[in-house]
Amino acid sequence: MTVSTAATGTARIARAFARARDEKRLAMVVYLTVGYPDRAATSGLLRAALDGGADVLELGVPFSDPLADGATVQRASEIALRQGISLAECLAEAATIVRDRDATVLLMGYANPFLQYRGGLNRFASDAAHAGAAGIIVPDLPSEESAEFDAALDSQGLARIDLYAPTTPDERLARLVPHARGFVYCVSLTGVTGARRALGADVAEFVGRVRRHTSLPIAVGFGISAPEHVASLRGVADAVVVGSAALDAVSAAPADRRADALRAFVSSLAAAGRA
Amino acid sequence: MITKTRPGRYGEFGGQYLPETLMPAVAELEAAWLDARADAEFQRELARVLRDWVGRPTPLTDAPRLASAVGLSRVLLKREDLAHTGAHKINSAVGQALLAKRMGKRRIVAETGAGQHGVASAAACALLGLDCVVYMGSVDVRRQQANVFRMKLLGAEVREVDAGSKTLKDAVNEAIRDWVTNVRTTYYLLGSAIGPHPYPAMVRDFQTVIGREAREQCLARLGDLPDVVVACVGGGSNAIGIFSAFIDDANVKLVGVEAGGEGIASGKHAASIVGGSVGVLHGSRTLVLQDEQGQIRETHSVSAGLDYPGVGPEHAALGQSGRVRYVARTDREALDAFALLSRTEGIIPALEPAHAIAELSAIAKDGAAQNVLVCLSGRGDKDLEIVMREGVIR
Ligand SMILES: Cc1ncc(COP(=O)(O)O)c(C=O)c1O
Repeated sequence: MTVSTAATGTARIARAFARARDEKRLAMVVYLTVGYPDRAATSGLLRAALDGGADVLELGVPFSDPLADGATVQRASEIALRQGISLAECLAEAATIVRDRDATVLLMGYANPFLQYRGGLNRFASDAAHAGAAGIIVPDLPSEESAEFDAALDSQGLARIDLYAPTTPDERLARLVPHARGFVYCVSLTGVTGARRALGADVAEFVGRVRRHTSLPIAVGFGISAPEHVASLRGVADAVVVGSAALDAVSAAPADRRADALRAFVSSLAAAGRA
Repeated sequence: MITKTRPGRYGEFGGQYLPETLMPAVAELEAAWLDARADAEFQRELARVLRDWVGRPTPLTDAPRLASAVGLSRVLLKREDLAHTGAHKINSAVGQALLAKRMGKRRIVAETGAGQHGVASAAACALLGLDCVVYMGSVDVRRQQANVFRMKLLGAEVREVDAGSKTLKDAVNEAIRDWVTNVRTTYYLLGSAIGPHPYPAMVRDFQTVIGREAREQCLARLGDLPDVVVACVGGGSNAIGIFSAFIDDANVKLVGVEAGGEGIASGKHAASIVGGSVGVLHGSRTLVLQDEQGQIRETHSVSAGLDYPGVGPEHAALGQSGRVRYVARTDREALDAFALLSRTEGIIPALEPAHAIAELSAIAKDGAAQNVLVCLSGRGDKDLEIVMREGVIR
């Protein structure tokens, strides 16, 4: 496998999104909780997500109190924590999949485990850069609190991906979105993560509001669980993020068929993202 | 006293570690609170409800038999147990419910541990005609049955939370998830001086009535300020409420008593200041109980209202500056104090302030001639079953 050693995290993200754009399709971002359903399964599931067409992987760092997450991610996090999954292990998983598949990897987790990383945030950023990670997503870290994270990540060329919500007013978007790195993550609905039957009715309008302030790619996540959801975002967003529904696909399959089930699920969504 | 580097920060503590969805909501809340605070009409209405419905001012009671039992010359009890619904929680619940109504939010969500804040919220919502949903950990539902029934009687819906440790921390998580989902219509009525800004400042503000009254009552009774003020600390709302009136009086010692559970060394406790470290929980950077990976630890206390792995950010700062001395008392010490106050003064305290009572004999060691003011934050009816089980009366 080719490894593009020189690329910074932000450059890796740009490359992944550019590839999808050139192929005139939505980029696929797939979230999986590290250590779910068990420690040994993670690396196979990450590969399966890539085989199914994922352009970017989000490695979920489990946390005891995931207050922005619905039942699926809560349960996956509890199971992962029972096995003692640490942030350091998540970095090790990232390093492996980057080395073997040149994947674009983000770590997604709550603020506290990052803050408690042995050696502090600067050490984390340096270890994450060494692992080849592209950046992090922290759902309980609004821009008001992000300065110490940004300082540590910037110096390593890593991106902190901002989340914006339908409740974010235009004035706030105008102030914050221009500082975004990598891509902009639009939360499709007012609520926690978890598969939904239908997407929020105002997604297109919301993405339009965000688009006015950035030329970066825009990903839409939260609630996406079906090819129709993905198809409806063509021409609206540049990427979709699927998390809870991917975990649901894993847990619905018999133990020896999980990777296949995930690959098939991701590829059904990826197909819906092509024109 | 405390350098607030910016609104909602207490030195390195505080802040707003929240999902983006809620950031406009906390900004709206802060603006609405500051506006109500400056509005004489709102203050008049709050004062009227506190007087006619809550029953304020609450008395200051001399406790001579308790004082002599613990070796102090004088102990004064600030009787929040006599406030409507039986604890100080009502002061903030009714203040916030009035604010919610003013903001046009007709649906309230709240979390509860011991059930006192849930009962207070349910009562305030009944008074003002608001819908009320209370999240409560399933462990707490089991140990505080009577309060569950009270909440239902008051018209609230009680939702059991089965995640994590199934106690207060998990009830807060679930209340925040509800708030994220229904933020446009829903007011989150947080029960302690914890959480993201503006909650620690706002809950403190609504609880300062305890300190204002107690200070005046002490001056009238003693002709002087007390030498020491003691309060139990869960999230820290009753403590900050009473401390607030004395923080600038350098000669008044302030003591906060956390839940020592089975002892700090056992690891089974809920003493976030005495036994915790800096972390982020429920929207605030504060002292928390966590493992080396930053996972929040399960806590233990015989008292459901103190069974929480964090503490209000202002307390974290007051501990760091040394203005307040924080200590921990064990389950056993609290149970003994529960029995002691009952026997000596004919007052059955809640298990939470029993932790504050349990500190008195240690304070007496600094000198018997001290006047000590204790915040008796609630009454013990809700705890009778637990205390019976624990075999306090043999
Ligand atoms: C009577 C009583 N005191 C104290 C507390 C602890 O809360 P805080 O530290 O916010 O006063 C509770 C909480 O339920 C309570 O019911």
